[in-house]
Amino acid sequence: MTKKGWLYWLFFLALFAAPFYLTEFRLSLLGKFLCFAMIAIGISLIWGYTGILSLGHGVYFGLGAYCMAMYLKLESSHGRLPDFMEWSGVHQLPWFWKPFEHPLVAISSAIIIPVLLAAFLSYFTFKNRIKGVYFSLLSQAVVVVFVTLFIGKQEWTGGTNGLTNFSTVFGFPLSSPFTQIILYWITVCLLLLIFLFSRWLTVSRFGRVLVAIRDGENRVRFLGFNPTTYKVFVYSLSAAFAALAGIMFVLQVGLISPAMMGIIPSIEMVLWVAVGGRSSLIGAVIGAIVTNSAKSFFSENYPDIWLLFLGGLFIGVVMFLPNGLAGVYQSFKQRKGQREGKTHEAGSHVSRSVGGF
Amino acid sequence: MKPVLMCREVSVDFDGFHALQGVNLEVYPHEVRFLIGPNGAGKTTLLDVICGKTRACRGKVLFYSHDITKMPEHKIVRLGVARKFQSPSIFHQLTVWENMELALKQDRGLFAVLRAKLSREDRDTIIAVLQRIQLFDYAEQKAGSLSHGQKQWLEIGMQLIQFPQLLLLDEPIAGMSEAERERTGELIHEIARNCAVVIVEHDMDFVRRFSKQVTVMHEGKVLCEGTMEDIQKNEKVVEVYLGREEKAC
Repeated sequence: MTKKGWLYWLFFLALFAAPFYLTEFRLSLLGKFLCFAMIAIGISLIWGYTGILSLGHGVYFGLGAYCMAMYLKLESSHGRLPDFMEWSGVHQLPWFWKPFEHPLVAISSAIIIPVLLAAFLSYFTFKNRIKGVYFSLLSQAVVVVFVTLFIGKQEWTGGTNGLTNFSTVFGFPLSSPFTQIILYWITVCLLLLIFLFSRWLTVSRFGRVLVAIRDGENRVRFLGFNPTTYKVFVYSLSAAFAALAGIMFVLQVGLISPAMMGIIPSIEMVLWVAVGGRSSLIGAVIGAIVTNSAKSFFSENYPDIWLLFLGGLFIGVVMFLPNGLAGVYQSFKQRKGQREGKTHEAGSHVSRSVGGF
Repeated sequence: MKPVLMCREVSVDFDGFHALQGVNLEVYPHEVRFLIGPNGAGKTTLLDVICGKTRACRGKVLFYSHDITKMPEHKIVRLGVARKFQSPSIFHQLTVWENMELALKQDRGLFAVLRAKLSREDRDTIIAVLQRIQLFDYAEQKAGSLSHGQKQWLEIGMQLIQFPQLLLLDEPIAGMSEAERERTGELIHEIARNCAVVIVEHDMDFVRRFSKQVTVMHEGKVLCEGTMEDIQKNEKVVEVYLGREEKAC
């Protein structure tokens, strides 16, 4: 295995072992950040590799989380009407809430609904060749629509408060440290799977088609590929990652509200990836963890001015590290390679091109 | 012999500007056809219509017996029509090798590409084409780092590896050195052994040297067709095009 490969495994091993060296509070934070890292991988695929900037991934995250939360809410209501519905004067469980009594229905719709929405939206926009800023704005509009809808339909969604006050999942108490550790490990496993799958995608010929679409979509068309198919696939895939993150998020945090899927969180998601390096999958993961850790560190230590620090961090990265943290690592490696001698490298290029593929 | 390409009464309007007005063109297998004409004559537009980038508002484009007038671009390519654009449009962030790999004739569906592996045959084909366009030594370099002429060649190579039956070239020698032009001209005639080629070119020396059949376009219409010698004698052509060039010289 390469040196890079070992580093990846070490990184994930350290994540696996976290329950042994982190306090309960820190572990719950890390679990939350790892959910964000899943979203970041999806955004790296669609933005870093394919060149489509989506400012609306909060919706897919939110929909996944809400679907899961509906199940949790029903489970903790023990057959009665959920509390917020009673307060809103609803006397009967709405028909679309009923199927969510079954965990399998809830979990599968938590993935399928966001993916279908993403596929539907992206098919019609990409087919009509809507790109760039227009697509980004459109994705923001979708966020506004959903947030308004979720706040407005208080009797169905819990309004601004969202869904909270869960007690158990599949019969296990959510507040017990044991359940939380299991959930944390499931999150790490899912993150690892998502990472490996995305990595497999990006190193294959498929990944090169994505980069080609980013660099010259028209040219790709004239090589006989249909870019729309590829873009819809990657966009829906990244929505699926965000939805999965939503499921794990609501299980560990115990709350989902419209504020967590709104415009600001959606833009923040893109910022994590920008900090980590948008065309690096591991960069996206690290970006999500670092940015959110910095956010909680600053807010704990400087409760009055922490937002300024965060803003400074973003400005610093955008100005001085255009390729994010991953870019720093790469340019460091390049400089090292140059010092070790260029001739050696030039020789290995050709031999690799013939034998290595 | 059946023509590879047949354009019948093709017209294109851009917001009232008649870019093409009833153009007829027939290209036969193994032919190298040059399109010449002053700026704005509609040469590039004609190529755009053939490859599906621009839609004809009237008329028909036939590729063998397929009506490709309204077909999406990627499907036209899959039938065997390759297009090289005026400015080299290669993928700068990918290596030369990766560029060629994408251009390979292959099943371009999503799931086929997900499973795609480079077979021994494919590898041999890429190596052969890379050697032919003299870019084999650059296989692992990012395409963005090539010189302008090399980029043009890479793009020609990416068309070759598709084994098209019709190749559309838009000013392939723009920005090339004298030696590179010469080699490109020879390469084009080699290509024509297996496919028909339509070339838009401004460089009259190059046209004189490498053309057999030339079509002259002017203001969206075909003015005349024939060998370079015929055309130089044609009074109308001299008036609109060659004369002007010679005066300029």
